[in-house]
Amino acid sequence: MTAIDTAREATHASRMLRFARRNPALAGMPALLVAAMLFTLLIHPSFGSFELQSLALAALPLALAACAQAVVVISGGIDLSVGSMMSVANVLAGSLMSHGSTTAALGWSAAILVAGAAQGLMNGLLVKISRIPDVVVTLTTGFILGGVALLIMERPGGGAPAGFLDLAAGSWISEWLPNAAVFLAVVVCAIWIPVVRSRLGLLIYATGSDRVAAFRSGVDTDFARLMAYVISGLFSACGGIALTMTTGIGAPLSGTIYTLSGLAAIVIGGVSLSGGKGGMTGPVIAAILLSLIPADLIFLNIDPNYGQVIQGTLIVIVVMAGGFAVSWQGRK
Amino acid sequence: MVNNEAVLSVRDIAKNFGSVRALSSAHLEIRAGEVHAVMGANGAGKSTLVKILTGVFAADGGTVTLNGKSRTFRSPAEARAAGIVSVYQDPALVPDLTVAQNMRLARVQFTEVRHWLGELGVRQLHDGDMIRELPYATLRLLDLARALASNPVILLLDEITAALPADLAAQVFKIMRTWRESGKSVIFISHRMAEVSSLCDRATVLRDGRTVGVVEMTSGADEQIVSLMLGTEIAAHAKSAGGPLGDLSSVGDRKVALAVTDLHYGHALCGVSFTLRRGEVLGVSALEGQGQQELFDCIAGVRRYASGTIRVNEAPLRPRHPADAIRAGVVLIPANRVEALLPQRSIAENVALAGFGKLSSWGPIAMASERERVATAVQRLRIDTRAESEVKRLSGGNQQKVVIARWLASGFGTLLCFDPTRGIDIGTKRQIYALVRELAAAGNAVLLFTSEMPEIALTCDRVIVLYAGKVVRGMPATEADEASLLRAAHGLAAGGGGQPAQ
Repeated sequence: MTAIDTAREATHASRMLRFARRNPALAGMPALLVAAMLFTLLIHPSFGSFELQSLALAALPLALAACAQAVVVISGGIDLSVGSMMSVANVLAGSLMSHGSTTAALGWSAAILVAGAAQGLMNGLLVKISRIPDVVVTLTTGFILGGVALLIMERPGGGAPAGFLDLAAGSWISEWLPNAAVFLAVVVCAIWIPVVRSRLGLLIYATGSDRVAAFRSGVDTDFARLMAYVISGLFSACGGIALTMTTGIGAPLSGTIYTLSGLAAIVIGGVSLSGGKGGMTGPVIAAILLSLIPADLIFLNIDPNYGQVIQGTLIVIVVMAGGFAVSWQGRK
Repeated sequence: MVNNEAVLSVRDIAKNFGSVRALSSAHLEIRAGEVHAVMGANGAGKSTLVKILTGVFAADGGTVTLNGKSRTFRSPAEARAAGIVSVYQDPALVPDLTVAQNMRLARVQFTEVRHWLGELGVRQLHDGDMIRELPYATLRLLDLARALASNPVILLLDEITAALPADLAAQVFKIMRTWRESGKSVIFISHRMAEVSSLCDRATVLRDGRTVGVVEMTSGADEQIVSLMLGTEIAAHAKSAGGPLGDLSSVGDRKVALAVTDLHYGHALCGVSFTLRRGEVLGVSALEGQGQQELFDCIAGVRRYASGTIRVNEAPLRPRHPADAIRAGVVLIPANRVEALLPQRSIAENVALAGFGKLSSWGPIAMASERERVATAVQRLRIDTRAESEVKRLSGGNQQKVVIARWLASGFGTLLCFDPTRGIDIGTKRQIYALVRELAAAGNAVLLFTSEMPEIALTCDRVIVLYAGKVVRGMPATEADEASLLRAAHGLAAGGGGQPAQ
C-alpha cells in the first residue's frame, strides 16, 4: 500500500513539475505578483486598503482588455480593435445610463454585451469571408468603431447611477476586498469557464496551435476562429462597461490605449503570440502587475511615464526568454 | 475476404490549379477487404487525388461514389464522417494539446485508441502527454491508432512507413493485414515497391493526371507498374547495368571539388557519400522526400548537418550560414526562384547582390565596375532585359538565369542546382541545360537534382539515386534511362526485376 502511495505521490509531484514546465506563466506569475506586492510594501509601508482599491480599479479594464485579446491570440489570430470596442461600450454605457435607475443600467449592460458580441462577430465574419489577414481586418474595424464611438459621444460626459458604479468602485465584503476584484473574477469565470470546459475551448486551442493539423483532424477551424472573435467582443464590452464604472463617465477615446497594453499583458502573461498556448489567469495577473508599475514609480518619486519604458522592457525580456526556451528545447 | 464489390469508386476526377492540370481523368476502385496501392512518379497526381478523396480540395469534375452513394466532401470533417480517414505524412496531431485532447478533437474513444496502440506495440503513452514532447515515430503510430479507432470504411495511408524504424513498420503491416481480414479497405501510398508488392492486393497507376492501369499484385507486377508509370514498354528492355559508385575515366584524373562522406541529418539523411570532380555534372535522382532537399540544404549551409564530412577542394566545410558555403565557392540555385531573388528590384541589383558580401570597405559601391560585371553576366546568359527594372515581371526561365548570373558575376567553384527547370518552358530549359554543360566545361563542378528523370541523360555525366536518405545507386548518365532510374528510385535492386514484364 505504501509503495502504491509513494508511486502516486511521485506521479503527483512529477505532474506538478510537468505542469510548471508547460505553464511557466501560471506557475511564475502569482509568485511574481507576490514579489511585486512585497516590494511595494517595502517602498511604501503605508500601502493600505485605499491603495489596494485604486490598484484594483486601475487593473480592471486592462485585465478585461487582456482577456479579450488572449482569446483571439490563443485561436491563432490577433484583434487590434479591442480598444475601440471598449470605447464604444464605454460611450454607450455613459450615454444610455446617465438618467435612470441601477436596474435600468443593468438592463442596458446586457444590451451593450450583445452589441459587443455583435462587433466581435463582424470581425470574425470579415476575417472568415474576406480571407484578408486578421491584422488588417481588425485594424480597419478598429478605426471604424473608433469613429462610431466619437459619433455616439463627441466629448467625455454622461454618467451612470451611483449604485451601478459601486459594482466596481465599492468594497462591500471587506475594505481589503475591492468590488473591482470580485467583479473581474466573476466576469472572467462566467465567460471563460464555460468555453474552456466545452468542446469549443478545445477547438480554439487546437486551431491556434496548428491550423492544418486541426483541420485534418476534422475541426471546423473557421468556426473556432469566429467564436474567438465573438468572445473577444464580449470581453471588450465588459471592459468598456468597467471603464464607465471606474471613471464614472463615458469618453470616446477611453479605450484606445487598451489595444496595445492588453497585448502587452497577454505576452507577459504567457500567451504565445503564435497561438495555442496560455489562458486567462496569466494575462489577468500581468494586467495587475502592469497597473502596479506606475503606482510604484510614484511611491519611488520617479516620473510615472517611465512606466511605459519598463512595460516595453518587460515585453522584450519575456519574448526573448520565450525564444530562448524554444531554441533550447529544439536543441535537446 | 476480397470480394469484387466496390466500396469506393472514383470516376473521371479532374482538378486544375490555375492553368496547371493536376488531374485530368483519374479513376480508382476500392473493393471491400483489400489493400490497394496508388502509384505514380513525381507529379503524376497522387497527392491531389488523395486530397480530393479526403475533402482538402474540391474536384473540378468527376464523381466519387462511396457505398453506392454519390458524395462530395467539402472538408476533412465530412470525409471523416463518411468513413474515409487518412493518415498523412506529417501527423495531423495538434502540438499544444495533450494526447487525450487530440483524441477528443477527432471524436474517438480513447479506450479504442489504446487498444490499437497496444496492437502497434506502443505502451509508454499517457493521456496527459503533450504531443509536442513525443518522438516523431510515436506520433505517426498515434495518428494511425486514432484513425483505426474511428473505424473507417476506408483507411488512407500516405507514406506511412517513411521515417518509421523497420520493426515498427513491420508492426504496421501486421495490423494492415488483420484490418483487411475484417473486410475493411486500405488505400496505400508508398514509394517503396517492396512494401507495395508484399502488402497490397492491387495497384492503380497514375501518369500525368490520368489512371493508366490497375495491376493485380502477382509476380512480375513490379515491372508492369514501372512500365505503366513510364508510359511505354521500354522498361522491359531497360538495361540493368549498375556501375560501381566510382569515377568515370574521363573525369577521373581531375581534382575533387566536393566530397561528401557519411552525411547524416535527422532521419532524412542516413549516411550519404559521393564525390564530385571539377568539370563534372553529377545528377541526383530521387522521388519526393527521399532526402534530396536536406542534402542540398546541408551543403549550401541552409541547414546544419548532424554528422559526416563535407570537403570542398579538400578543405572541410561545416557551414553555419549560407555565407560560409558561398565563401568556400559553393552556391545554391533553389527550385523556388523567389527564394533567391528580390522580386521588386532590378536585374542589375539582383545580380550584384551576392558580390556585396565580398565588400571589404563600407564606402560607396563602385558603380562602374559593378555595371560592367553585371552586364557581362547578363550578356553571357542572354537574359531578356525588356523588363529589367523588376525581376518579378520576368518569365520563370529568365528569373532562373538571373540567379545563375548572380553567381557568375561573383564567382564560384561548385554549383548546386536544385530542380532548376521546375515550371520553365522547354526552350529555356534547353538553354539552361546548355548553360550547365558550359559551366562544367569551364572547370566548375555541378551537383544537379532534377525531378524530371529524362533531364539526367541530357545534362549529367554521372547520376546517383537517393532512396530513404541513402545513395542506393550510382551509374554513368549514359546508362541512366528513365526505367533504371525509376526502378532504383523505388528501392528496387539494380537487376532485381530482370525478367521482362508480362
